[in-house]
Amino acid sequence: MSAASRAAGQRDETSFGRPDDGPLPGEPGQLPGEPGQLPAGPGQLPAEARQLPGDAGPAIATSGLAKRFRGGQLAVGGIDLAVPHGSVYGFLGPNGSGKTTTIRMLLGLVHPTSGSHELLGVPMPAGANAVLSRVGSLVEGPAFYSQLSGRANLARCDAADRTADPRTAGARISEALDRVGLLSAARKHYRAYSLGMKQRLAIAAGLLRPRELLILDEPTNGLDPQGTREVRGLIREIAAAGTTVFVSSHLLAEVEQICTHVGVMRTGKLVFQGTLEELRGRGATRILVRTAEPGRASEILAGLGLQDIRISGGEASAQLAGQPPEEVCKRLVYAGVPVAGLESSRSSLEDLFVELTGEGFDVDG
Amino acid sequence: MSTADATRLPPGAALPEISPVASVRHWTRFLRSELSLIFLRWRNLALLAVLAVIPVLIGIALRLSAGEGRGGQGPAFISQVAGNGVFLALVSLTLLLTLVLPLAVAVVAGDSVAGEANHGTLRYLLTIPAGRTRLLGIKYAALVVFCVAACAVVTIAALIVGAILFPVGPVTLLSGTTISLGAGLLRLAFITLYVAAAMAALAAIGLAVSTFTEHPIGAIAAILVLAIASEVVDSVPQFASVHPYLPTHFWLSFDALLRSPVAWPDLAHGLLSYAVYVVIFGAIAWARFTTADVTS
Repeated sequence: MSAASRAAGQRDETSFGRPDDGPLPGEPGQLPGEPGQLPAGPGQLPAEARQLPGDAGPAIATSGLAKRFRGGQLAVGGIDLAVPHGSVYGFLGPNGSGKTTTIRMLLGLVHPTSGSHELLGVPMPAGANAVLSRVGSLVEGPAFYSQLSGRANLARCDAADRTADPRTAGARISEALDRVGLLSAARKHYRAYSLGMKQRLAIAAGLLRPRELLILDEPTNGLDPQGTREVRGLIREIAAAGTTVFVSSHLLAEVEQICTHVGVMRTGKLVFQGTLEELRGRGATRILVRTAEPGRASEILAGLGLQDIRISGGEASAQLAGQPPEEVCKRLVYAGVPVAGLESSRSSLEDLFVELTGEGFDVDG
Repeated sequence: MSTADATRLPPGAALPEISPVASVRHWTRFLRSELSLIFLRWRNLALLAVLAVIPVLIGIALRLSAGEGRGGQGPAFISQVAGNGVFLALVSLTLLLTLVLPLAVAVVAGDSVAGEANHGTLRYLLTIPAGRTRLLGIKYAALVVFCVAACAVVTIAALIVGAILFPVGPVTLLSGTTISLGAGLLRLAFITLYVAAAMAALAAIGLAVSTFTEHPIGAIAAILVLAIASEVVDSVPQFASVHPYLPTHFWLSFDALLRSPVAWPDLAHGLLSYAVYVVIFGAIAWARFTTADVTS
């Protein structure tokens, strides 16, 4: 029996204890929507676990979540996140837009000034002790004991987890280290780790047991391109195994590569939330013709009913309104316009991102 | 998490039931992890080494001056050491209680929560989740173990040096009666535990201070200042009315164990004072730590 299935068994037989953080009046009933089966291997959720009726709700749901720090600074101004089960949710925004404070609230580290939120259907922060063992997290960079080895650090994490089975700790720690490629450096002191290794160790801590949700705050921050690729690959792998991943970033390119859903923050407000496709759909597609006769090309484009036609030396461009670019190309060629090059491009996500989050230094307004 | 939060706990938020045996195993595992962090840290080992070395120095100094016969000088028990090495332990505890033992406790207690916050490891412990109340409980339990260890180091080092440098034999109590060496050592063990209890009360104050800051040095300094201020006030006769309420007032009451019969009321006063300090500062630490925003 693997560690995971034993842990699952434990949860199955549950008749519910009580958290140590206070008396619990009245006996709680059956967990609604608790997946009957938990992962069979690290990070591998069996499909049925994801399809149970109770799991239909979002993995993360917040309602008017707001935080005003002492001193009056409004860090997060009432946001409504909805992170679907099984999604890879990119939480985008410039530095200082409230991403980390939001993540700290999600994990119960910071108490919201107002609003409420649920993780995996469990209200927070009341249910923190119960639900957080199903959630792996990395908050604002890795932090471990520098005098301990990587392995000893993970053992410390595991010892702090009252629901982890001590008998399988060694095997689970090895497995987590192996998944992030740190097994050979397991006995090295943490202080001797490179930044990339530290970051990977933090991810390994999140993988010590099977998780239904991973919350990663800027997991590639400070990594070199190789490290970034590795982390991205790891996130894809974890997500493919059925774990919902909530990943914050200020790098659009990163989010674009791994995410299915996006939420965009600007000065403490959620200015966009939806699928990556929906975000792309907000941008207009333009067609650009490279030709020796841009004037004639623009006439043809106008004849096709295209809008916003612009001409500059050797180029004509227009906004496509659903016309396939190959059709436009055919018309141009039939009309005898010498087409030297043609490309269609959607306004880049980056343009959209900047449009949503504001340009330059006005981000902390 | 406050009690108010807990009462709103919906059914879905309940913890999976853990059998009492497994629960105890999880506590001891976490405590062992905490203890290994404290006792494998070079700084703390150095502190314990200092606590072991000072009795050695005191013993050597007393041995060298043994023939000079300067009676009536220095702290209590000092004149008895030449006749019985067991008293070196009492001299050492008395001398170290003024500064070095509180310093050692302040360093470890001040670091307990503030150090984790400063490192950033606190946020990871809390999201594991270790549970805020549980983490605080483990931290305090480990501090108590450290207090006992620190006092035991002093006593054991002093006993060894005392036995090497001086004659050892039946112990003459303050009340004049003489008890066997074995009975004397037993009383010394209780004295060590009494001093450890005093340090555990200081550790509770330290734990509370430690929950208010992310800077361990600040916490350590604050605890030491509190302890020293208390000792100063305790030595000013004009403040006699507040003396019994000071955390350091009963620290030297352990001589009650050197009377026959034992002066229980004095001991009880001291232990009651420590218990009250543990309860009050434990409550402060809990109230603060379970509601604080962790932004480090």
